[in-house]
Amino acid sequence: MNDNLKKWLPWIAVAAVALIVIVIIAVNSGGDDEAAATTTTAGQTTTTAVEETTTTTVAETTTTTEAGGGAPEAGPLGAVTVAPGEDIQIRSVEAISGDVAFLGVPNQRGTELAITDYGPIKGHNVTIGTPLDDLCSAEGGQAAGQTVASDEQVVGVIGTSCSGAATAMSPLISQAGMVMISPSNTSPALTSDLAGTPGENYNPGYYRTAHNDLFQGAAVAEFVFNQLKLTKAAAIHDGDPYTNGLATAFKNAFEKLGGEIVAFTAVNKGDTDMTGVLTEVAQAGPEVIYFPIFMPEGGFIAQQVGAVAGLENVVLIGADGLLTDNFMELKATEGMYFSGPNLDYGNNKSEIGTTAADFLAEYQAAYGEAPSAAFWAHSYDATVLLLSAIEKVSVELDDGSLFIDRQALRDELTSTKNFSGIIGTLSCDQFGDCGAQRISIVLHEDSSDIEKGKSNIVFEYSPGG
Amino acid sequence: MTTTATTPTRTFRFSWTDSFLWAIRVMSIFVIVWGFVGVIALGFEGNGLSLAAWKQLTIAGLAQGSMYGLLALGYSMVYGVLGFINFAHGEVFMVGAIVGFFTANALFDAGVWESNFILSILIVLVVAVATSTFTAVIIEKVAYRPLRNAPRLIPLITSIGVSFFLQNAVQLLVGPAVKSYPAPPSWLSDPINVLGFKVPGTTVLVVVLATISMVGLWLFVERSATGRSMRAVAEDKEIAALMGIDVDRVIVTTFAVGGAMAGVAALLWALLFRGVSFISGFLPGIKAFTAAVLGGIGNIVGAMLGGILLGLFEGLGPNVILRGLAWQIPTALAIVLLIAGAAVVFGGRVVHRNGIVILGASAILMGVVGVLGITIVIPGLSQLKDVVAFTALVLVLIFKPAGLFGEQLGQEDRA
Repeated sequence: MNDNLKKWLPWIAVAAVALIVIVIIAVNSGGDDEAAATTTTAGQTTTTAVEETTTTTVAETTTTTEAGGGAPEAGPLGAVTVAPGEDIQIRSVEAISGDVAFLGVPNQRGTELAITDYGPIKGHNVTIGTPLDDLCSAEGGQAAGQTVASDEQVVGVIGTSCSGAATAMSPLISQAGMVMISPSNTSPALTSDLAGTPGENYNPGYYRTAHNDLFQGAAVAEFVFNQLKLTKAAAIHDGDPYTNGLATAFKNAFEKLGGEIVAFTAVNKGDTDMTGVLTEVAQAGPEVIYFPIFMPEGGFIAQQVGAVAGLENVVLIGADGLLTDNFMELKATEGMYFSGPNLDYGNNKSEIGTTAADFLAEYQAAYGEAPSAAFWAHSYDATVLLLSAIEKVSVELDDGSLFIDRQALRDELTSTKNFSGIIGTLSCDQFGDCGAQRISIVLHEDSSDIEKGKSNIVFEYSPGG
Repeated sequence: MTTTATTPTRTFRFSWTDSFLWAIRVMSIFVIVWGFVGVIALGFEGNGLSLAAWKQLTIAGLAQGSMYGLLALGYSMVYGVLGFINFAHGEVFMVGAIVGFFTANALFDAGVWESNFILSILIVLVVAVATSTFTAVIIEKVAYRPLRNAPRLIPLITSIGVSFFLQNAVQLLVGPAVKSYPAPPSWLSDPINVLGFKVPGTTVLVVVLATISMVGLWLFVERSATGRSMRAVAEDKEIAALMGIDVDRVIVTTFAVGGAMAGVAALLWALLFRGVSFISGFLPGIKAFTAAVLGGIGNIVGAMLGGILLGLFEGLGPNVILRGLAWQIPTALAIVLLIAGAAVVFGGRVVHRNGIVILGASAILMGVVGVLGITIVIPGLSQLKDVVAFTALVLVLIFKPAGLFGEQLGQEDRA
């Protein structure tokens, strides 16, 4: 054992040194602005001499602003100045790895395509840099948020994919004075309860084009109680804030209508055998099961429910997380209902003229496949919304640089009214809910015709028109 | 201070660790007995699960468990021979399942899946087994062989790296979406009657195939010449080499056989659950490793039975133990338990038998709970199946640290 260790020691040492060298190189090359940020803080705490010698981006920013002459005063949140020839920096933070990658990858691609379609803003290209990963978790959101917030040149973020990640990221982005627009966060906690009370995780600078879960929960309850005329329901979530929130929203709305939730339970992510949970649900004798979860667990439930005594004729309702081709192609999903954002985009035109059909053709051409989740249009609209807000508030300076005031950008986004998007008309409320808020319930009848299933609307819900 | 080198006298020494362990023992016996009796009592009162439901849970647990068992073999065999945990084994299984999916899909598109299902699953089986075997062998040659003489922790960490590599490689190659095997024909998936159990034919097929593979593997290891060399290498690599056994070859064979079993598991997964993605190997891998430990690592029979047991724990555990906690212990019984418990504790102290004291203490606890009329209704029971399964595992390992069927390790590992 000792001999072995001795033999390996030099190699371990070499590896350690190599690692340190790599880290140093990475910090110096990739993180110019990070380095700048650290030196600035160092300068503030020690001597002013450091500030004079370091040529940080921050320093450049202020000097060019002064030199430019007639440049607007930066607002309370500061401003970004994009030097001539430089790109406008936005970031994409989506769940692009792990088992929710099917959601995050099309979101990120939606952003990329929107940037391409939008073109340069006043002579400056827009870039998302290296796509960041929200890991669909609070930890991932925290890490990505820190990376973004430490980069002073970043104007705004498109993301996150998952509400859990946004919970951690939104305060960081907010403090940095930036904005974030999520294409697919739906948790009410991130915005408001729709009655004027901000959610516990609401922070200024947070916006989203996705709907608020409360709408979806209410829509399903309404549909089950008033249209299907069923009164005993079960709800199954998977412990995720998104699925839990949606199932709870459904439960509350359904009970308010006078229905009875006979079972409210959960599966674990990664479970394959659902007999246990289904047996437990069967015991309560529901007429309908709402399971707003994801693949693969949703697929396992749909496939195994038929074999459980007592659930042979139960009505199954899934949510937008299951409005995916790989779920809907399962024979067992025939006859299922799905709640979700209204995906019948028809000829809705985005502010820059793109329709859903245009987008899908572009997506197919660029990536060789169809989007694997439903929020690509939300992502496209979120990006166009951000870019056009930047275009509106940015000011060209005499030297060709672009001045973007952070507070002005927030004000511009908050005041969004009747903005055309692929998903419909976007209007932001004061807590950042900008989505079209059109919820529809579709009936999926034929597993060989998924597109028909997605557009076969049997119930529509859009409070406030 | 004045007393030097005291003689060991019987003094009462209070230790937090000991009292904690005691409390755990008392609590676990209390919860298990309460739950177990409660679930039976609830059944008689008509508030429990129906018989059909119990049968369903048992069968589902058995099917899931046999898959764990097949995977556990791979962990156990590699541990037995090389003494480290090959965490990439779950991914070996996943790769087989993914490649099997494309085969099955091609067969489905060609119409063979529906016209000749038996032939189709045989083809998928061969492809999945071949892929998994190949992957396992490549991993051994590329990632583990160069580290043969490195400290044990290094290949362990390498295996975690290989595992991430395979996950990401598959995600890049075939995308992140969950892919579903085509459905088996209705004559197979319809429930059939086996010993009074109404079971989907697929489940029966899964259990039968798993059993055949396990028995086959057992015969291979116990009866064939290669199997004998494997056991010899597991016992002592150097002496085996002196006896003229090609150790490298035997190690490759071990990986290959483990991989083949993972391939079989991939087919069973396809029949039973159908959905596969690049992440599908992770959790089953962890569970299978657990099963291997439960059965006694290095022990082939232990791995198989450990897997099946873990599947049953998962399937039945929450319902057997936790559901019963909703049963209120009748007051009369509670009073009897209090008195009897006190007597037993006293008796146990007199005869210095700790086990009896623990039993008595559990009975007193039950009595108290009964008198107070406490019941516990846990919402979302089945969500706790992993908790129950792992608690059961820990309890088993507390009482039998080497696993249910004992570890079988070579000289060096025992040392």
